[in-house]
Amino acid sequence: MAYKRQIDRLPIIPADAQEFNVTCHYCIVGCGYKAYTWPMNRQGGTEPNQNKFGVDLSEQQFTETEAWYAPSMYNVVRQNGKDVQLVVKPDVNCVVNSGLGSIRGARMAENRPSKVTGTQAQRLSDPMVWRNGVWQPTSWDDALDLVARVTAAVITQGSEDDLVVSMFDHGGSAGGYENTWATGKLYFESMKIKNARMHNRPAYNSEVHSSRDMGLDELNYAYEDYELTDTIFMVGANSMETQTNLYLNHMVKGLQNGARFIAVDPRRTITIASSEQFAGPENVLHLAIAEGTDMVLFNAILTHIVDNGWVDAEFIANSTFQGGEAVAQDEAHPAALGSLEHVMATCRTTLDEAAEICGVPAADIAKAAEWIAQPKEDGSRRKCVTAYEKGIIWGNDNYRTVGALVNIALATGNVGREGGGVCRLGGHQEGYYRPSDAHVGRPAEYVDQYLIRGLGGVHHIWACDHYKTTLNASEYKRVHKRRSDMVKDAIDMAAGGSRAQMVEAIVSAINAGGLFVVDVDIIHSQIGQNAHVILPACEANEMNLTSMNGERRLRLSEKYMDPFGNSRPDALIAAGVARNMERVLREMGHDAYADQFKGYDWTTEEDSFMDGYNKGNPEVTYDRLRAMGNNGVQEPVTGFENGALVGTKRLYTDGVFTRHGREDGKALFCAAGWRGWQAPGKAREQAAHRFWINNVRANIFWQNQFLDQKNDFVQDRYPHPFVEMHPDDMVDLGLNPGDLLEIVNDNGVTQGMAYPMPTLKRDTVAMVFGSPAGSQGNVVSPGVNELVLPDYKHTWGSIRKISDATPAARKVSFKSHEVVL
Amino acid sequence: MATAGAAAATVLTPEQAKARALARVDYPANRLANIADLMVNEPMDISYPDADSPGVLLKLGQAVEGGVGPEGDVVAFSVLCPHKGWMMSYSAADKTLNCPGHHSRFDCETGGQQVWGHATSNLAQFTLRLDDSGDIYADGVDELIYGRLSNVL
Repeated sequence: MAYKRQIDRLPIIPADAQEFNVTCHYCIVGCGYKAYTWPMNRQGGTEPNQNKFGVDLSEQQFTETEAWYAPSMYNVVRQNGKDVQLVVKPDVNCVVNSGLGSIRGARMAENRPSKVTGTQAQRLSDPMVWRNGVWQPTSWDDALDLVARVTAAVITQGSEDDLVVSMFDHGGSAGGYENTWATGKLYFESMKIKNARMHNRPAYNSEVHSSRDMGLDELNYAYEDYELTDTIFMVGANSMETQTNLYLNHMVKGLQNGARFIAVDPRRTITIASSEQFAGPENVLHLAIAEGTDMVLFNAILTHIVDNGWVDAEFIANSTFQGGEAVAQDEAHPAALGSLEHVMATCRTTLDEAAEICGVPAADIAKAAEWIAQPKEDGSRRKCVTAYEKGIIWGNDNYRTVGALVNIALATGNVGREGGGVCRLGGHQEGYYRPSDAHVGRPAEYVDQYLIRGLGGVHHIWACDHYKTTLNASEYKRVHKRRSDMVKDAIDMAAGGSRAQMVEAIVSAINAGGLFVVDVDIIHSQIGQNAHVILPACEANEMNLTSMNGERRLRLSEKYMDPFGNSRPDALIAAGVARNMERVLREMGHDAYADQFKGYDWTTEEDSFMDGYNKGNPEVTYDRLRAMGNNGVQEPVTGFENGALVGTKRLYTDGVFTRHGREDGKALFCAAGWRGWQAPGKAREQAAHRFWINNVRANIFWQNQFLDQKNDFVQDRYPHPFVEMHPDDMVDLGLNPGDLLEIVNDNGVTQGMAYPMPTLKRDTVAMVFGSPAGSQGNVVSPGVNELVLPDYKHTWGSIRKISDATPAARKVSFKSHEVVL
Repeated sequence: MATAGAAAATVLTPEQAKARALARVDYPANRLANIADLMVNEPMDISYPDADSPGVLLKLGQAVEGGVGPEGDVVAFSVLCPHKGWMMSYSAADKTLNCPGHHSRFDCETGGQQVWGHATSNLAQFTLRLDDSGDIYADGVDELIYGRLSNVL
């Protein structure tokens, strides 16, 4: 039997409940929600004047009603030191989601930590240090003092290059302008840390260098463009599964308005299936290309468009570079950039060549080009919005492939116009505001390899768990554990000594190859098992947090509850580290260095916001954002008029492109020359193994799996990491649905649960990415592109059964995900 | 906002408080059908606990956990999608309930587990019992039914 909450009645929100603006902090879409809180000894009633909705709740409410909430939307949390009742429900007035809740966001209340209801008991409540063989809770002063003393000793004896930092760069739960600024100020202003990396990739770099080098910010449209367009061109993305309410509230409206849908993906996704339902199969074109061949497809589409004269000549003449080559290929640029005419010499690909390499019919490639660019019968131009994500971002030859896709949008003038845009769909929201990272360099250091080579002595980790989300994870984990264990052993040996003796013992272990690990997180993560100091952070709504979504919509998600236990906002933890660094460095006699750590006398997250984002955007304040509610304002903010912030609906409406920093404002095309598998080792691995191990996401826990590992509703559905396979492949391997299997290659081993998926191609599996119970990264080779972008998507392995289905797995439904209507 | 009314609702006389002291709702025992009325894999429209809560009564043809009847294969579910309350339809081909609104679907053979979708709960299932004459009664629900904050209004 499926998991049931056995809740037959919920407390009613009283009419005078407090109301807060909430932006869901899990994914890039940033759906609007409203939080309501009220005292434990109060409740609303069914009479219209007794409840928040003003309706008669003694009657059945109807489809899409505002006046209902699910048990997952209710909890009891701490607010100003008191227990209060909480409901968090979708906001019908937010233009992003219009009242739709996702399976993730509509569980925000249930996924809050509560000592009353017992939810999210895994949340960290106090700082902990490794002491006498276990992690012991301690005070902030004690923990931060140890962090500062070890860090200061190591970087003064050596250099700042000995401090390795893993830190989020995004908005949403762990990020936001408050927290990215504070960490950025600490590591890029007070220090100049070069060996930094982000949460999901092994270097401090952009995931879309080529788009930016071509002049285009990767988030350049408005979500309404999906409703205004003639064609949605989606590549390597699965928005129904991931950016769910972007799909349902905007893309579906476009499809219902008559838009066509092109999907480039080796597998049939739920997005394709649903698009066939909403638009009719005749208006959906699925190009199920061979994995990693996207660039060839894009080049052929571009060639067909150019050769048929379907380009936007006026746009090209006015807004794109005309003088041949503008940027030569070099170490920092994996492809040359320049005029359309110039790059066509490299990109030119016939339909037949592409059909051969991509494994799809030439006629379908031609059809895609027609749907994208062939003028309508009345001669008017066709509008096309292009959306892409991990399929090519984490795919083969990132720079050139993304560039080849952006080429099509530029050639057809589909940027900065209604119904256009060429954008990544995104994962987290964005919230990046930091001092310059120019000192990091390009290409940036491959930080995982730096650690694996035994370099670096201190590792500060902010809301990253590389055990689940890095490539070459098997080796990384082995080395990280071995090096951090050396320091744990040293701490254990030095037990009973003074703080100075302890620091000396730790530094000696570091000098012998050890690694001192500080982990800042909301839960005790897997990489946190290697930590010597654990610092508890809080999430959005336990603090005020500002982020922008995939159409650059900036909102303030308001604090409605206390941080759990003694946890703090990351911004204030960073400030605490800085203040302790200043104190310790001064004690050590490094006055000038200590002075670099001044300027962190913050008491709230708003102080960090004002110190950072507000300095660059003086119009934007908490009060003004609060007044803008859940619809916020689309960045960049250009002014404040009539009591409202003035934003920018879409970028580049003037046809002037600036992201590359070129003064001429001209966009550049990318000379995307096909070279097969770009990353070293991929071709050999493909030849050696039967199965392509694709990694995919699931709507049920996309972007919040770290919380859902302790959520009963989710664990009931997927008790083990799913590995979707063609049923005939399962028969070959003697696998029944739910059986446990392992995936093996030269990089490592991972494990999961066999899940039949008849729509998959043979010899292909789709394994969930980032699972706490089975890291797909274990089997991903260390190969990256020239700018250290990982190719997680291309991994091959062998599969064998390790166990019959567990009792939990036997209760799981293995039916098709596609709706039957 | 009618705060005065809300305040009134929360201030009860001792008698009123006593009258409302039950922690859970009382479910009616409603006769839905007789076992003889059911055909294998042919859904029968029902409602429970009242006429405003539509459901489906199914004889699946194969015993399932929680199924009643001689074959252990009779189950009943709400047909209001717990995501946004759209009326779902039954697919006899794979014994699922499917939502036309946003494409969530639920497996009638695993207690209404959401196979794929947007709802934050599995599907509300009605507790069934059979009497000696083969009459099928519903007398409970295991999840909150969409559109009502109390399963019994």
